[in-house]
Amino acid sequence: MAVKAKSEKRKAQSQSVKLKIGKMELKNPVILASGTCGFGKEIEELVDINALGAIVTKTITLRKREGNPSPRIAETHSGILNAIGLDNDGLKNFMFEKIPYLRTLKIPVIVSIAGDRIEEFVKLTEETQKSSCVKAIEVNLSCPNVSHEGTKHAILAQDSHAVEQIISRLRKITKRTLIAKLSPNVTDIKEIARSAERGGAEAVSLINTYPGMAVDVSTMKPKLGNVTGGLSGPAIKPLALKCVWDAYNSIKIPVIGSGGIMTAEDAIEFMLCGACAVQVGTANFVDPNAPLKIANGIKKYLKDKRISSIKGLVGKLKTCKTN
Amino acid sequence: MIRVSDSYVPLLRRPFGAHEIGKDRIAILYKVVGKATKILSSKKKGKMLDVLGPLGNGFNIEASIVRAPEGRGRPSSIVLVAGGHGVAPLYALAKQLLASSHQLSVFIGARTKAHVICEKEFKKLGAKVYIATDDGSKGRKGLITSLLKNRLRALEIHKAVIYGCGPKAMLKEVGRIAKAKKIPCQLSLEEYMACGTGTCLGCAVKTRSGYKLVCKDGPVFDSKEIVWQ
Ligand SMILES: Cc1cc2nc3c(=O)[nH]c(=O)nc-3n(C[C@H](O)[C@H](O)[C@H](O)COP(=O)(O)OP(=O)(O)OC[C@H]3O[C@@H](n4cnc5c(N)ncnc54)[C@H](O)[C@@H]3O)c2cc1C
Ligand SMILES: Cc1cc2nc3c(=O)[nH]c(=O)nc-3n(C[C@H](O)[C@H](O)[C@H](O)COP(=O)(O)O)c2cc1C
Ligand code: FES
Repeated sequence: MAVKAKSEKRKAQSQSVKLKIGKMELKNPVILASGTCGFGKEIEELVDINALGAIVTKTITLRKREGNPSPRIAETHSGILNAIGLDNDGLKNFMFEKIPYLRTLKIPVIVSIAGDRIEEFVKLTEETQKSSCVKAIEVNLSCPNVSHEGTKHAILAQDSHAVEQIISRLRKITKRTLIAKLSPNVTDIKEIARSAERGGAEAVSLINTYPGMAVDVSTMKPKLGNVTGGLSGPAIKPLALKCVWDAYNSIKIPVIGSGGIMTAEDAIEFMLCGACAVQVGTANFVDPNAPLKIANGIKKYLKDKRISSIKGLVGKLKTCKTN
Repeated sequence: MIRVSDSYVPLLRRPFGAHEIGKDRIAILYKVVGKATKILSSKKKGKMLDVLGPLGNGFNIEASIVRAPEGRGRPSSIVLVAGGHGVAPLYALAKQLLASSHQLSVFIGARTKAHVICEKEFKKLGAKVYIATDDGSKGRKGLITSLLKNRLRALEIHKAVIYGCGPKAMLKEVGRIAKAKKIPCQLSLEEYMACGTGTCLGCAVKTRSGYKLVCKDGPVFDSKEIVWQ
């Protein structure tokens, strides 16, 4: 009897951190962000990947891209600038060299794709969805380090027409969960989020890095080989939070939040502002176990606050309007 | 890669080479140049340090032995070229090489006399030490690579191997000299790093077979492989 009572008590206390994004089921809301966890294998010895919600691969393109000249990384105050330039070995290499390992993972794999032209996005989606471990496709419309044909804008995600066009085209050819990864460097994030929703995305993911630069005054040279790059890390967190809040209030599909999340408290801030899940990027470089600590921290927070599931957290910011 | 504090300034871990490698300990030798190294230098004895490693490759000692003529001896001359804090990992290498009784010549380039480190330590290992400083306050005045070029003539270069670590400009020149004299040469490169584990692709350097990662494929590369930019 005593044993039963105890187990019942534990059940009553257990908080659910499970969630669904489109058709994809996550056991917790912490996702490894694109470009900061490679294709999983690179970090397998550093963190228990299977204990996390999902993994987003480094963005792949149809053909191999060499990436930008060095230096590709520069640290700034509480942040890092990167100009990697979508360095990747292309679709074919991904299918033959990366999928075999990704297939062994027990969590959903989200493939991040990018292209110059719409046909490239189409081909990438058609091919990658052939692998059953690929549960979702994150369409990277927001890399600040490459240029695109077919839009006059520096970043695809600045062009609401292009966003809707690309997403709706992909919607027609895939049943996989479609996520649009958006840029914060836009006039109105609400408008872009709405065009992703209209196109048929099941979620938006934001934010990618902020365009930025840094200069070495002793040499009078830019600190990045590419001159400009993308800023990530704690420095961008308040800005990212505002983007998530704005997007959350303008669309019905889920928002996946990212930008400077280093701790569980950071993640909870994003969830209160409307993120159903979070992506952890820069923190992986500082502490490979950060995502796991964040997942555990969210669980503990729910328990302490006696909130039974993450639904009770998402968008529950208490503003004077809600109070 | 060492994380010097829990704060966000500095945010990233910093890379260092192993200076001494013992059974259950490693030592690093570093120069205070900025935020992270300053914090590191204020750590008290007995404090815990958050270290990720060891990462990447090291100097390939085998390579120098394979080159020995007729499979008999070993290369008669091992040449180490160090600039600035490049001395740090080369000392670990010198100790390893010592075990196989190589003849060692060490070239140390520094800004001034005060910046010359490890001279005594190398001499204790039985190495012949050559020094050049920018201001001539110790050794030859000028670049260490000019001194290297001069001295190489006197060494039995057909049996030599060069190992180098230091600033890019120095390494580039060392590679050029090695190529001209047809001496095998391994260079330890530096790039800005975020992860140290081959994940962020931040530390890429151009090689004859495309971009390679300093943290994972390096930091040591065959000088013939490197495409200088
Ligand atoms: C593989 C590798 C091995 C290294 N081994 C050693 C070692 O054994 N001993 C040692 O003293 N140092 C070593 N370094 C260099 C060391 O990592 C840097 O000095 C350190 O990161 C500086 O951090 P900081 O915060 O003190 O300086 P910051 O405040 O980051 O920078 C201070 C100044 O140093 C310059 N700088 C910093 N890091 C680098 C870099 N990687 N390349 C070029 N310029 C840089 C900056 O541009 C700036 O002008 C190594 C670097 C690499 C990549
Ligand atoms: C080194 C580096 C590489 C990145 N590469 C990609 C990429 O290939 N595709 C992508 O969509 N985002 C990429 N990002 C952006 C991250 O996925 C993330 O959106 C951004 O860094 C903000 O989160 P953070 O502050 O937690 O890092 C990269 C970020 C960094 C720092
Ligand atoms: S430092 Fe990240 S790949 Fe080398």
